[in-house]
Amino acid sequence: MNRRDSIKSILLGSLAGGVALQGCSTEAPSDVGPKEITFPDYGRTPKEQLRDKELLNKVFFNEHELATIAVLCDIILPKSENFGSATDAEVPTFIEFIVKDIEAYQLPLRGGIMWLDSYSNKLYNKAFISCTEQEQYNICDQIAYPEETEPELKPGEHFFTTMRNLTLTGYYTSKMGIEALGYKGNTANVWDGVPEDVLKDHGLEYETEWLAKCIDQSKRADIAKWDNDGYLIT
Amino acid sequence: MQIKESPEQFDAIIVGSGAGGGMATKILSEAGLNIAVIEAGPFFDPANPKTRTQLKWPYESPRRGASTTRHFGDFDMAYGGWDIEGEPYTHKDGTEFEWFRSRMLGGRTNHWGRISLRFGPKDFKRKSIDGLGDNWPISYEDVKPYYDKVDKLIGVFGSKENLPNDPDGFFLPAPKPRLHELYYIKAARKANVPVYPSRLSILTKRINNERGVCFYCGQCSRSCSVYADFSSGSCLIFPAQKSGGQIRLYTDSMVREVVTDDSGKATGVIFINKNDRKEYKLNAKVIVLAASACSTARILLNSKSKVHKDGLGNSSGLIGRYLHDSTGADRVGFVPALMDRKTYNEDGVGGMHVYSPWWGDNKKLDFPRGYHLEMWGGLGMPSYGFGFGVNALNKFIGEKVGGYGNQLRKDAKKFYGAIIGFSSRGESIPMESNYCEIDSDTVDEWGIPVLRFHYKWTQHERLQAKHAHNTFEEIFDHMGAIPLGAKPDAETDYGLAPPGSIIHEVGTTRMGNDPKKSVTNEYQQLHDVDNVFIVDGGPFVSQADKNPTWTIMALSWRTCDYIVSELKKQNI
Repeated sequence: MNRRDSIKSILLGSLAGGVALQGCSTEAPSDVGPKEITFPDYGRTPKEQLRDKELLNKVFFNEHELATIAVLCDIILPKSENFGSATDAEVPTFIEFIVKDIEAYQLPLRGGIMWLDSYSNKLYNKAFISCTEQEQYNICDQIAYPEETEPELKPGEHFFTTMRNLTLTGYYTSKMGIEALGYKGNTANVWDGVPEDVLKDHGLEYETEWLAKCIDQSKRADIAKWDNDGYLIT
Repeated sequence: MQIKESPEQFDAIIVGSGAGGGMATKILSEAGLNIAVIEAGPFFDPANPKTRTQLKWPYESPRRGASTTRHFGDFDMAYGGWDIEGEPYTHKDGTEFEWFRSRMLGGRTNHWGRISLRFGPKDFKRKSIDGLGDNWPISYEDVKPYYDKVDKLIGVFGSKENLPNDPDGFFLPAPKPRLHELYYIKAARKANVPVYPSRLSILTKRINNERGVCFYCGQCSRSCSVYADFSSGSCLIFPAQKSGGQIRLYTDSMVREVVTDDSGKATGVIFINKNDRKEYKLNAKVIVLAASACSTARILLNSKSKVHKDGLGNSSGLIGRYLHDSTGADRVGFVPALMDRKTYNEDGVGGMHVYSPWWGDNKKLDFPRGYHLEMWGGLGMPSYGFGFGVNALNKFIGEKVGGYGNQLRKDAKKFYGAIIGFSSRGESIPMESNYCEIDSDTVDEWGIPVLRFHYKWTQHERLQAKHAHNTFEEIFDHMGAIPLGAKPDAETDYGLAPPGSIIHEVGTTRMGNDPKKSVTNEYQQLHDVDNVFIVDGGPFVSQADKNPTWTIMALSWRTCDYIVSELKKQNI
């Protein structure tokens, strides 16, 4: 699937995202109105839950804006050899939520998309998403490098930087992104020091004296007992 | 609307369920007292799967853990924060003070850093050393037996180092340092800053059959569902309930005032039930306030009567005065040697595995007191904000900043785990001119007059922050690291954090032998009213360069022993 096709599919995915998130809720009769979008609970207080629900069921971006965001997301983080693109990781859905959650994003993003289309109209007489990939890259090249931006294109640079930040953060906090990054934690384990090969790579070693103060993990389940001077005897 | 009065007479009412209140609940209930515990927030148990956030992934939050609704992010276990809707506070003369409150059973113990340091012998007698502030009416020797008991009851890892002002205790073994900590040890020593295993109340080893052992997820701020870290609920209140204590919990209940009789003796408290918005009165022989230094001051100042015209226990006029927080300064650095790391699980415990207690000699310095150093870094779990300025650090290695495409993936991995942060946390000088008082012009949504703060740092604290920033740069330098951002200067108070922001506020009801110069005596008993006690940070005379929790608990235990003995003697 090329980028253009994948964007079409994520757009559908984004708009259908709410339905997908509903899990196993049964089909509501059509006269009840639009379906309520829900999100699995993650330990919220009742007040927080209410706020999330309100945000999830608000719509901020229109279809064109969302389509532009999706195109930009995949320009910023396309598919790689081993991992999917930003839209594969549903980054646009995250961006749609975060602008409702942190309202300070709304104006810069809405205005930024408009700026991008104006500039693209000026250059190619069409909206950014209707440009060819090469035309899109040409525009991005002018606003993606903070040190090199022409003064009159600064608004575009600010917008692109915000988009890059949100795309990267959305991606690397997704399941796919965490795997791509190689984060290995958030699971029960027993920490017993830096792996030998890593120590070696960094030219470091544990001092015997320091290790003597550290837990012998084979005794972690033994109930601690001390002598009267506070020395551990178990 | 009539106040609903319970006919029941409790032996003791404990207001607040954090470190001090939790300890009082345990000690007084085990002594056989019939107790009411009143907490302004909801019930909370870290083991409850409904409220648990431990081991959740960033994508389980639609905002990926951003701090929009919880101040330290979606997964942090503090219900409350710097601002609580409906419960404001105000400021005087344009001064600054940030007040953090957790409204939940266990209070702030559910999310805190678990740094569990004893005060040292010098920390109780600072005036004798530098002439500033005041000495405590007690010494380390008075508190030592209680520190020992707290260590054994709750569990704290650390190491015996025999340092003059950082006393050893009954420690569990420490976890091994992580990679960035090994870098820190090496560099700090080159800067003549000593480094030791840190001292955190996290169980690296089993201490009883009721609590679990740390499984190294690094998420103590989310409160441990197997009770492997300290929180007041898991380690004090629930065990006290299980061992058959007569404990009545009143949650979502906001205490407004302590009620007194015509002789001025306390008879009970009035609280507002947040669910039905009605007032209730409970009666008891003894009132133990543990609402936190500022909340307790507020309750006392709002408890005016014919006998106590300026507020309960306030004949000295000092309630709310001498409010002080730890100093704080922070800097972040980029360590090129840590670029392009092999990744592995190094979550470790929640917090640093090593730290530097204060090492300086004030005779050679231009400020009094000192600070300890904390640090963070490593291959942590990404959350909202990860990847912002993904390759901004490229400018330090001569590569291009910005761009798009798969190069960004390499950049993200290149700098992952290459950032180290340092924080100093130090001792300020308590000042009578720093205070909280009642703002009669403002009430909270429960109709209770709120607190107004007045706080100014002095040059002592600014110079301490300046010194800390110099230390940071020296250590970064020895690490081959590049400190990020500009070094703060005099115009920005050398980066000194605003008062309150370190969340170690204490001193509002300080203890002393002279009733004119202090609010409580050495047993944290009001000078003016012998059946009211304070077991939070309020009675602290000075804060030390240590975190206050361990001392709050040791002193709470000591006070409770005194309460039991006074009740037996029928003195109160």
